[in-house]
Amino acid sequence: MTATLRRREVVQALLAERGDLLVVAGLGSTAWDCTAAGDSPLTFPLWGAMGAAAMIGLGLALVQPARRVLVITGDGEMLMGMGSLATIGVQRPENLRIAVIDNERYGETGMQATHTAHGVDLAAVALGCRFRSARVVTQASELEAACRALRTEKGPALIQFKVLAEKLPLVLPPADGVVLTKRFRREVLGEAAGTG
Amino acid sequence: MSAGDWPGEVHGALKRAGIALVGYVPDAGHKRLIELCDADAAMRSVVLTTEEEGIGLATGAWLGGVRSALLMQSSGVGNCVNVLGMVRECSIPLLLLVTMRGEEGEFNPWQVPMGQATRAVLESMGVSVRRVVMAHEIAQSVTAAAELAFERGMAVAVLIAQQVIGFKSFQEQAAQ
Repeated sequence: MTATLRRREVVQALLAERGDLLVVAGLGSTAWDCTAAGDSPLTFPLWGAMGAAAMIGLGLALVQPARRVLVITGDGEMLMGMGSLATIGVQRPENLRIAVIDNERYGETGMQATHTAHGVDLAAVALGCRFRSARVVTQASELEAACRALRTEKGPALIQFKVLAEKLPLVLPPADGVVLTKRFRREVLGEAAGTG
Repeated sequence: MSAGDWPGEVHGALKRAGIALVGYVPDAGHKRLIELCDADAAMRSVVLTTEEEGIGLATGAWLGGVRSALLMQSSGVGNCVNVLGMVRECSIPLLLLVTMRGEEGEFNPWQVPMGQATRAVLESMGVSVRRVVMAHEIAQSVTAAAELAFERGMAVAVLIAQQVIGFKSFQEQAAQ
């Protein structure tokens, strides 16, 4: 599949007019993409825990059922946590969506091919795991409708965006995990964030 | 609740500690406690494909303001190691209830290496560990562990000794 989309434009579009959307950003390029679109206390960018992004999204979605939760992560990160698609498919939270920014590469380690470069289809896996919707998006003309779908269609939903394998300038979020955790909780919970 | 009903006591301790979400991989030693959590309308229970997923689940729940607990066997501790780095770096409160294998009474030699390494693996990743050998002491240990976790922002594991579970063969385990 020939990619034409640019990853920063996709993530920018996903986070435009985000309102009170809760975002979990997978480690590496997708965390940098989210920061390039604008750092927010309601984004929890990962610097490690590869494979955990979707499950953090599930935990959030289950305990905050009135809020929309979007996991933005890479193909390599999603592949490492593929079992979590099955776990999400059992719980089926309507407020959880996943955007896989799929450049078919491990961008942080030297642009080696991931399984998706060999045709492994994460959207098909998600459908097989009882997601309510999942598809692959390759064209800029589909981007607006895809972003709308991730806002409005009932979850769990997954869209795999095929993007160009680009080396882009790093735009780093804060790295202090305690700061990231506290600011997220304060923004979501207000004063109650201070108590366990 | 009978005097020997430690799963019932632990379920009560979890409720009193404000635990509203429980993640688990099905396990013989936790069978009764899992059933109690599944049946509790005030507790969301989430079945996982691997224990590692539970660390993400607990982190997400904490970010959203809810206390959770994870139930696993000692073999599952090995599946969690790298993601425990996130728990430590972010000071996520974590409560693990671990049924031990590979201890006295083990019938499967392949359980021995991870069982023997469980405490060291947890402690090496910054998890505070306490091991309980008496059934009637488990619930109070869980209460104390939950307090440490959620009032002090720590990761705490309660190891439940294999002698509490007491299976001596595959046949006995399957028949429970």
